Amino acid sequence: MSLLAADGLVMDFGGLRAVDGVSFEIEPAEVFTIIGPNGAGKTTIFNLVSRIYEPTAGRLIFDGEDITRVPPHEIARRGIARTFQNIELFEHATVLQNLLLGRHAHKRSRFVEELLFLPRVRELELEHREAVERVIDFLDLQPHRDSLVVNLAYGVRKVVEMARALCTRPRLLLLDEPSSGLSVEETEDMAFWIQDIRTILGVTVLMVEHDMSLVSSVSDRVLAVNYGRPIALGTAREVQEHPDVIKAYLGG
Amino acid sequence: MRSAHPGEDALDTILQLVLNGLAVGCIYGLVALGFVLIYKATELVNFAQGDLLMLGAFTCYMFVVWYGVGYWVALALAVALVALFGAVLDATILRRVIGQPQFSVVMLTIGLGAIFRSFASIAWGSEIYTLPTPFSARATRVAGVAVSHEYVSIIVGTVALCAVLYAFFTFTRVGLAMQAASQNQLAAYYMGIPVKLMFSLIWAISAGVAAIAGVLLAPVSLIDINLGFIGLKAFAAAVLGGFGSIPGALVGGVTIGLIELFSGAYLPQGFKDVAAYVVLLVVLAVRPQGMFGAIVRKKV
Repeated sequence: MSLLAADGLVMDFGGLRAVDGVSFEIEPAEVFTIIGPNGAGKTTIFNLVSRIYEPTAGRLIFDGEDITRVPPHEIARRGIARTFQNIELFEHATVLQNLLLGRHAHKRSRFVEELLFLPRVRELELEHREAVERVIDFLDLQPHRDSLVVNLAYGVRKVVEMARALCTRPRLLLLDEPSSGLSVEETEDMAFWIQDIRTILGVTVLMVEHDMSLVSSVSDRVLAVNYGRPIALGTAREVQEHPDVIKAYLGG
Repeated sequence: MRSAHPGEDALDTILQLVLNGLAVGCIYGLVALGFVLIYKATELVNFAQGDLLMLGAFTCYMFVVWYGVGYWVALALAVALVALFGAVLDATILRRVIGQPQFSVVMLTIGLGAIFRSFASIAWGSEIYTLPTPFSARATRVAGVAVSHEYVSIIVGTVALCAVLYAFFTFTRVGLAMQAASQNQLAAYYMGIPVKLMFSLIWAISAGVAAIAGVLLAPVSLIDINLGFIGLKAFAAAVLGGFGSIPGALVGGVTIGLIELFSGAYLPQGFKDVAAYVVLLVVLAVRPQGMFGAIVRKKV
């Protein structure tokens, strides 16, 4: 069974139809990438899946459950995490604090216990801290653990945001243009992280991406969209060589 | 009164002014805290904050005097009701203006304040009332200074409230979630935080704090429908502290309280009421970010 299925997604902004009947299925532990020229509707699809937008029509099924009307703060608990193209971190908090917030959806302690910091709260906090430390080790963030996000380089923030998403223990990770703003070397590193997330952690990845070298090196399947409609689906190579895709990018 | 040494009298006066200034300053600080909490979370400036204080004082008065409820129970009821009212206000009215120009928010909250005052005069009348409290008209002499219990209750109440709020925001899951929602709404959603609910809770806390301030203030200043105009001085306190800094709001409040009392005692008549604003103007000219604010420079 597919982990995420989009069925006939339609999204209208006033008179503009940004997404026009998009369907796809993402299998567990695959890297699925959506590409397309600017304004093709990639980010809209992404925002539909991450529940920022209410679709005009269509359904979203995650792990057998209909999530079409689930509010965005509910999806973390269900196992979906996302990053943002322009990075949305808690800038005046440390990396560690950001990552610990990633554990928020899984906290089980009670209010009064917390206010008094009872032993049970301490125990649970230690568990969360260990989970966070595993992610820090996984993404080599040790040197930045106690830095304020606002003082970090852009490329590091990008990794921190991905780390925070991993701290929510997702089954599906949504990456919004993971390479945007990164140097060539940083983009190569990003490709390794994404591969590790898939193969070592077994997390399914849905990604929107422009950089074709990154797309080719990590994607199992690629969906190309243009004018809100799917135009090609297959391996990175198949899609890149598809005549409609070439036409969409080069015009004519 | 021991008046053998004239120097001691002057010292007594100063200590008395410090005590009263601290107490009044605590009230300003608490109201300023409400301004800052709401502003940090939603970027709305709530000019009805002072009127929420007035509603708190009246509600407590109503329970104590009309219904004969005990002071502490009445205090709890007043805080709970005004806090609930704050949350409802957010959910029904103020949430709709998030993202609108600051001007319309200011007009809206000033208008709401006027409505609350009218409501108060209809519900409770426009006379001046006294709230009887366990601290009323009692004093203890400490080192020659008559320490009025009313003033002490304000200071103790403020310190205790700040300690509870500090623990709440630092240690509890919901407190941290509120901080997260204040810093970055979008990211907070994806950490599983119901951001809208957090904002309503922040409004509830701000309104509840204002209500406590109102009840604490009631024994030293009488209760009438214009009690809420204290919000203007509290606003000055919040700006002084750097609008957006919680410790800044409290320090700003105490600073204004002390300046007001001392200028009332030592400067020409009438200066007391403008002293707070004079200080505010000076601070804005010399250090526009306030005492605790950080300058945000846009990197080009």
